[in-house]
Amino acid sequence: MQSLILTTTTRLLAALLLMFSVYALLRGHNLPGGGFIGGLIGATAFILYTIATSVDEAQAALRVDPSNLAMAGLGVAALGGIGAGFAGDPFFTGQWLFLFRDGDSYVPLSTVLVFDIGVYMAVFGGILTLVFALEQEI
Amino acid sequence: MADDYPSVDRVMGGPAGWISIAFPTILFLYFLGLLPEIAQGPQVHGIEWVPSLGVNLSVLLDGLSMTFVLLITGIGAAVTLYSARYLGNHPDYPRFVSYLLMFMIGMLGLVLADNLIMLFVFWEITTIASYLLIGFNADNANARRSALQALLVTGTGGLILLAGLIVLGTVAGTFELSQILTMGDMIRAHPWYLAILLLFLAGAFTKSAQVPFHFWLPNAMAAPTPVSAYLHSATMVKAGIFLMARMNPALGGTDAWFWILTLFGGVTAVFASVMAMRQTDIKQVLAYTTLMALGTLTMFIGAGTHYAIMAAMLFLVVHSLYKAALFLMIGIVDHATGTREAAVLGGLSKVMPLTGLAAALAAISMAGIPPMVGFIGKEFMYKAGLGLEGFGAFWVTMMAFAASVMMFAVGGIVALKPFRGDLRPTPKAPHEGPWPMLAGPLVLGALSLIFGLVPGVLGYYLVGPATHAVFGQVLPVELYLWGGINMALILSLLTFLAGWLVYRRHQSIRDRLAAFEARSPIDFDAGWDRLLDGFKAFAAWQTRLIQNGSLQRYMAVMFATFVVMVGGTYLLKGAFQGVPGLSADGVHPVQWTVLGLIVAGAILTVWTHSRMTAIAGMGAAGIGVSLIFIMFSAPDVAITQLLVEVLVVVLVSIVMLRLPYLPRRSKTRFRTGHAVIAGGTGLVTTFLLMSVMATDFDRRLTTFFEVTSYPEAHGRNIVNVILVDFRAMDTFGEIVVVAIAAIAAFALLRGAPRRKPEEES
Amino acid sequence: MELLLALSVGVLVAASVYLMLDRNILRFLFGLALLSNAVNLMIFASGRLTPGAPPLIDAGEYAPTGVVANALPQALVLTAIVIGFGLLAFTLALVYRTFMTLGTVNSDEMRVAEPVDAGKEAGK
Repeated sequence: MQSLILTTTTRLLAALLLMFSVYALLRGHNLPGGGFIGGLIGATAFILYTIATSVDEAQAALRVDPSNLAMAGLGVAALGGIGAGFAGDPFFTGQWLFLFRDGDSYVPLSTVLVFDIGVYMAVFGGILTLVFALEQEI
Repeated sequence: MADDYPSVDRVMGGPAGWISIAFPTILFLYFLGLLPEIAQGPQVHGIEWVPSLGVNLSVLLDGLSMTFVLLITGIGAAVTLYSARYLGNHPDYPRFVSYLLMFMIGMLGLVLADNLIMLFVFWEITTIASYLLIGFNADNANARRSALQALLVTGTGGLILLAGLIVLGTVAGTFELSQILTMGDMIRAHPWYLAILLLFLAGAFTKSAQVPFHFWLPNAMAAPTPVSAYLHSATMVKAGIFLMARMNPALGGTDAWFWILTLFGGVTAVFASVMAMRQTDIKQVLAYTTLMALGTLTMFIGAGTHYAIMAAMLFLVVHSLYKAALFLMIGIVDHATGTREAAVLGGLSKVMPLTGLAAALAAISMAGIPPMVGFIGKEFMYKAGLGLEGFGAFWVTMMAFAASVMMFAVGGIVALKPFRGDLRPTPKAPHEGPWPMLAGPLVLGALSLIFGLVPGVLGYYLVGPATHAVFGQVLPVELYLWGGINMALILSLLTFLAGWLVYRRHQSIRDRLAAFEARSPIDFDAGWDRLLDGFKAFAAWQTRLIQNGSLQRYMAVMFATFVVMVGGTYLLKGAFQGVPGLSADGVHPVQWTVLGLIVAGAILTVWTHSRMTAIAGMGAAGIGVSLIFIMFSAPDVAITQLLVEVLVVVLVSIVMLRLPYLPRRSKTRFRTGHAVIAGGTGLVTTFLLMSVMATDFDRRLTTFFEVTSYPEAHGRNIVNVILVDFRAMDTFGEIVVVAIAAIAAFALLRGAPRRKPEEES
Repeated sequence: MELLLALSVGVLVAASVYLMLDRNILRFLFGLALLSNAVNLMIFASGRLTPGAPPLIDAGEYAPTGVVANALPQALVLTAIVIGFGLLAFTLALVYRTFMTLGTVNSDEMRVAEPVDAGKEAGK
């Protein structure tokens, strides 16, 4: 299925969706969003791209193998969980760091965010692994 | 067979050998250093492991565990040294060593555990390790069968024991042994006492091979000889003895305890000593004498008086010393001559003087002849037996007497006969064993002599503290070789006389026993096979019945079970809570529409015979569900549902392109039975949901998450905070599932053969 | 609304069970997809229905003001949706592979692992 209009608009749309997926991931702790939703949106972006072009092009655009990404996501999430162990807390206890604190404004960093990024990668990579395999084999 | 001297190419088994020897040796010396301290009183150390379940890694080190630890590590050192030479060149020697060390660690943990759950974990480790050790010669069918038999018998006992541990822990309110052991009166008076006792004894009797669970032990002789020496002297089979001794302060002292233990123990002891006479293979003879020793120990722990416990603890040490030595000795003889048949061996002391010396020391101790420590052991057994009351005194003394007579005779068979007289021709030309193999039996034999000459040391450091730990009170323990002329001494002399007579006539006794056994209808081993066959037949029968390979049948059985069990419970228990929000008033038209969408989508999916319509119906229902999520304040869930639904539709559509069409309506028929099951499942679900929604809502958990979400987890989206913080471990499990599902699907799709889609007909 | 929702869940369950009892595994697949929706909806509804108050904490507050929707079943359902998707996708791949290998979508004809033996045939 090669349609110039579809291909062109998809490039734009996929980029927007990807950006939005990261936005959903990052804001997830305070507003609707999070790793699951972000990962799903991100995967949708690439699925759209795959449908518009081909698996090979989508794979090339992604650069890394999605199954590796899924496994790396598990690793990142596990890291976020184990992090608490170094602070002497039970595993998967959130550890927080508030940078540049100035009154009520600060940049919060946390192992929880690391964990959510792992979730994002696992969902994103897992779904794309499936879709690429299906598209390629069928 | 592994029992051949290999040509040396690993020196003492290589690194694996050195490690295996160093481990028990260092531990032995370490614990030996603690001995004076422990002789003063027990110690408890511990760290919490799973505090919410009361499972702690705590250690109870008292006289009893100390005795066991020294036997395990000391005899362990002798056995590992022996094995390094015996099996050091076996291709699988490192594997053997890891099993042996695993077993050793299991035993140490078992005897040191202060927590019942920890005790059970180590108990099972010994079961598994013994399975691996007995089946070490895995290419031998007999070894495999024996290993499996040992695993199943002791494993079943272990599970029953677990039930007992849990009941006991519930009754006592703690799993810490050091506390439970002080609650004896409360536990014995508890209505569940008998249940606890029987569950514990089932575990102990299977592990310690009491009749009628004894049959696995002689079969376990399929193991390499050092393993037999280790499992049957100080470790595996003594685990059950340890358990009974350990629990004596909590469970012992009742009539039930006394009679169960003395009857089973006595019967085991006498049965085993008769069976020992029957055997021709010296290793089998020793196996049955192990059974006999276990029976004797059980009997005296059951008898429960201070003297009886002391006799049991003393005999425990005595038996471990001589039995390990004898097993190791027969391994040397087997190696040197190529046979273990008593009838073939003779005159070996001429070529194997040191082996003969070790055998003699151990066997004299076994026969209970002064000045060996075995004599003291026997004297105290008689004193303990005579000190009981009523029928118990008669029974215990008689059984101990019978067993001792046989032990005397067996001592002659295994240590006298092969070494005396003329040298007989054997499959291989005999020669003396190498020093690593001789060291163990010689040292153990020498210890039997030394402890006999200076019994006070043994009494002060080991038997005394152990007796205190088991008996529960501190009473003086003095061991002595010469106690004056008394009833026990007279019984001892009678034992020697009778034992000598039996030994003189042992060949004709064996022939008669063999003839009797051939006629006897009772064969435990064959019965075991029949039991297993029965299990297999039952499994095959029920598999044929409910798992016939039809997916439809499986599904129907599952859903029908759901309807009957849940629906039935619902009706019987009167769980119906009324209908919530009965009237349809106040339902917004939008809500009607959404519900209509869901129902219509579901019905469409069932009704249609077009693949694309079915996908559309499925998608409509899914979209409807996500709209419900939006209406009822679940934005995160709604977004996820919507995205997933889109993905599902896309993926299913992709796959459908390559799959055949659904059958036409004319080719299918309405399945009434299935419709009933489906309708029933739907009905039960509806009623369940209605009842749930009609009950009062317990907001405790929800409130907890609401009030802690921001202050503690710094998040304003409570759903996300639950996912990534409060329940992060669960979420981690879930993304693992997603990743595995993706990888598995990927693997399935890669390289699938291609097939053209069916034409619509 | 609660009653109507419970009835809808019932219909959804009944439809999916009927589909899952079909010997055509494509219809089984549709049933599986519907069933996971039904179960998610049921779990969600068990946590009560609260319109118009998502479980979010307003800026500047430390806890939700007023009654908000139950967050716990939402979290459970959210992961269940993703897991359900993983299950469905795997089943889809399995169905596809099965058809490509065996050439049938009829579950009764798939007997590679458990061939019908003579004894069972006679018993039928």
